[in-house]
Amino acid sequence: MSESGTPGASGPVGIVGYGAYVPWWRLQRSAIGAAHGGSAGKGTRSVASYNQDTTAMAVEAARNALRPLGDGARAVIGQVLFATTAPSYADKTNATTVHAALRLDRDAAAFDLNGAVRSGAGALALALGPAAAGTTSLVAVADQRTGLPNSADEREGGDAAAALLVGPDTPGRPLLAELIGRASVSEEFVDRWRVPGDARSRQWEERFGETRYGPLGAEAAKAALEAAGLGAEGVHTVVVAGPHARAVKQVGGKVSAGTVHGLADDLSATVGNAGAAQLALVLAAVLDAAEPGQVILALSLADGADAFVFRATDAIAAHQPSPSVAAQIAAGNADPGLPYLKFLSWTGQATVQPPNRPEPARVSASAAARNEEWKYGLVRDHEALAEASGTIVTFTVDRLAYSPSPPVVFAVVDFDEGGRMPVELTDVDAAAVAIGQRVAMTFRRLNQSDGIQNYFWKATPIR
Amino acid sequence: MASHGIKDKVAIVAMGCTPFREHWDKGTDDLLRDAFDETLTTSGIAKDDIDAYWLGTAQSGMSGITAAAPLGLDNKPVTRVENYCASGSEALRQAAYAVASGAYDVAMAIGVEKVKDSGYQGLNAFPIPNDGTNRTLTAAAMFSLVAPAYAERYGVDGDVLKKVLARIAWKNHYNGARNPRAQFRKEVDIDTICNAVPVAGRLGVFDCAGVADGSAAAIVVRAEDAHRFTDKPLFIKALSFVAGNGSPLGDQGYDYTTFPEVARCAADAYAQAGVTDPRHQIAMAEVHDCFTPTELVLMEDLGFSGRGEAWKDIEAGVFDLHGELPVNPDGGLKSFGHPVGASGLRMHFENWLQLRGEAPEDRQIALDPSRPYGLVHNLGGYPGEMVSFVSILGTEPG
Repeated sequence: MSESGTPGASGPVGIVGYGAYVPWWRLQRSAIGAAHGGSAGKGTRSVASYNQDTTAMAVEAARNALRPLGDGARAVIGQVLFATTAPSYADKTNATTVHAALRLDRDAAAFDLNGAVRSGAGALALALGPAAAGTTSLVAVADQRTGLPNSADEREGGDAAAALLVGPDTPGRPLLAELIGRASVSEEFVDRWRVPGDARSRQWEERFGETRYGPLGAEAAKAALEAAGLGAEGVHTVVVAGPHARAVKQVGGKVSAGTVHGLADDLSATVGNAGAAQLALVLAAVLDAAEPGQVILALSLADGADAFVFRATDAIAAHQPSPSVAAQIAAGNADPGLPYLKFLSWTGQATVQPPNRPEPARVSASAAARNEEWKYGLVRDHEALAEASGTIVTFTVDRLAYSPSPPVVFAVVDFDEGGRMPVELTDVDAAAVAIGQRVAMTFRRLNQSDGIQNYFWKATPIR
Repeated sequence: MASHGIKDKVAIVAMGCTPFREHWDKGTDDLLRDAFDETLTTSGIAKDDIDAYWLGTAQSGMSGITAAAPLGLDNKPVTRVENYCASGSEALRQAAYAVASGAYDVAMAIGVEKVKDSGYQGLNAFPIPNDGTNRTLTAAAMFSLVAPAYAERYGVDGDVLKKVLARIAWKNHYNGARNPRAQFRKEVDIDTICNAVPVAGRLGVFDCAGVADGSAAAIVVRAEDAHRFTDKPLFIKALSFVAGNGSPLGDQGYDYTTFPEVARCAADAYAQAGVTDPRHQIAMAEVHDCFTPTELVLMEDLGFSGRGEAWKDIEAGVFDLHGELPVNPDGGLKSFGHPVGASGLRMHFENWLQLRGEAPEDRQIALDPSRPYGLVHNLGGYPGEMVSFVSILGTEPG
């Protein structure tokens, strides 16, 4: 482990905390194949619930990152960098929602880096300079990958989020992984692109991108390892992420040659490629299992290449993920999984009959602003309930109420620390809800009207 | 500081009530005129004799002009009142206080709701701009929480309770079948009720009140003037109202087997009227049977049954049309549907008919001098967050 650095003194920097979020829902690839009369491969992809967007998933990942560090960790965050290809707002910053939901300090900045897959690696890269200057950044990356029905993106994409706390090494907050090398290479070429607003992205002939990313990946990896003073044999695990599947495979094979463990599991069998969040998601999974001293090369292939070399510190031995990526993958609703048509309706590609009830009115911006603590932070009477767990006292299933995905399952929840909240349940099978079931709170997008996203909290079974 | 009431200071001297229907051919104006005209025609009271008006409507119109314009009132004071589903009762309460104060000699309470112009199923509240964190459940779902909680607390088997609740719907449909003003005029058997399409929780469509348009009206005067208008006035013994503060929603002690606002409201009404043994002093009650579990719990909150006993009393037929204490002899919300601003006055209208012996023969209850009172219970809101109204009425002062 490195010596404790002094903030502002260009001491060691790296990952102080991390967490990932994999939504509960899974789509069986066989369900896609069955619907289209063919094969869509094996395994599952993860699917954001109908009430989740990239912002809501980023909040969950950040909560998972902060939870093992204790409540005081929120106060060390100096800025939020939120990255996604699928922001819920343009013009308006999405990172401020993450900031509000986490109840971060008022003087913490919040910025979006939205639109490009590379922004995921970019947010991490942009956090390093401030880290060297003593500022801890929350790098929150989230993505929803859809694509048109029966496309490779639909099959192989996944929805997920990850959060990295990037900062200096301090006595109270030791680094879990120290950054020991880093390099970026940029090149302008059109391999994959999306017209803003389109449901799908498009790709040039696959071979073209492969020929560009091969040298880019090798160059960035080499430069980063040189900076770290390491050869391949000094690297334990390699993470390669990018939207170009063949390029990722080709480069991954080359840069992992001679390393101790080789390539990390890319989670493609269970989660899919999480776009802008893929690098940090797989890195989180690797950190979950990393032992002190192990070196991880993380390489992003998107419009260039970005390489990061981390060395796990002694502190990682005592770090308990809450929950781990593997636990979230195991808890997923893979069997039977989400019906394919429900997936299409959730992603806006199939329109199904809504209940004959009025749709919700748009949220009042001024009322929401006045009630920011309650609406975003779930603070009631100065009591923060977001991390509280509770028990279902009674519940009902409302088959008439408006919901983007009926029926509404609603419960009266008593919190362990006192207090009660009548609250909607989410990520549940209506037939399996029971009195006495344990629940935790989760940040969701309830609905949207006039383009205004209505964020609030729901309860979800503890799994 | 106390609730003194206005026992025997004010009397109802005229009433009218439209049929409750899906009135596709009538608007708010037509419904108001129908109830207004019936009230005047049947009593012989002239429009000019009425000094002031209270209009109950939840969302069919704003301001007193909603009534003043269609009724062609000549520069009269008209106040629109809204208090959720108790808006009609609230109009009566305000009109009664106005004449009791001496401010006016003759006042009208009129309630109306044109529900069926919304284009949606059920009742839908007009959205007030908010922060988006409010519950958006249907009323059916909120009240559906009551049945399993009741079954759990009192050890009643869920299927047994389902039948008890069905018996409430069966009774109210039986009564409504005998009422030409009711929307649904067919008896419905228990099996049909039990097997109906689920709406929320274990509540089926027959556990829910219908939706209808309608209007009803009452004229009130000071008691000493009552006999100038009718030989058979109906004296107001009590008017009570409680607006809950929502605290049960956050209270781990609240178990959804009672409506605390109703219990408080009933206690106040009984104190005002001097009723000490409601089960044996009340001749009939019109209660807010928006959903069958609501009526079950109301029997206990109104003191008609002991805690945990109402389900047995319902099974035993205590509240049937010719039972010991008839409840909703007109068919209730179940048969009438629920035009929000009109329902409270519709409930008073049934007391007006029954206590004065003017209900049609096939649903006239037996009148017994040892049971001199009629009761109206009208609520709005949901379990844990409710407004409650109770009035007590009688044909004799004292």
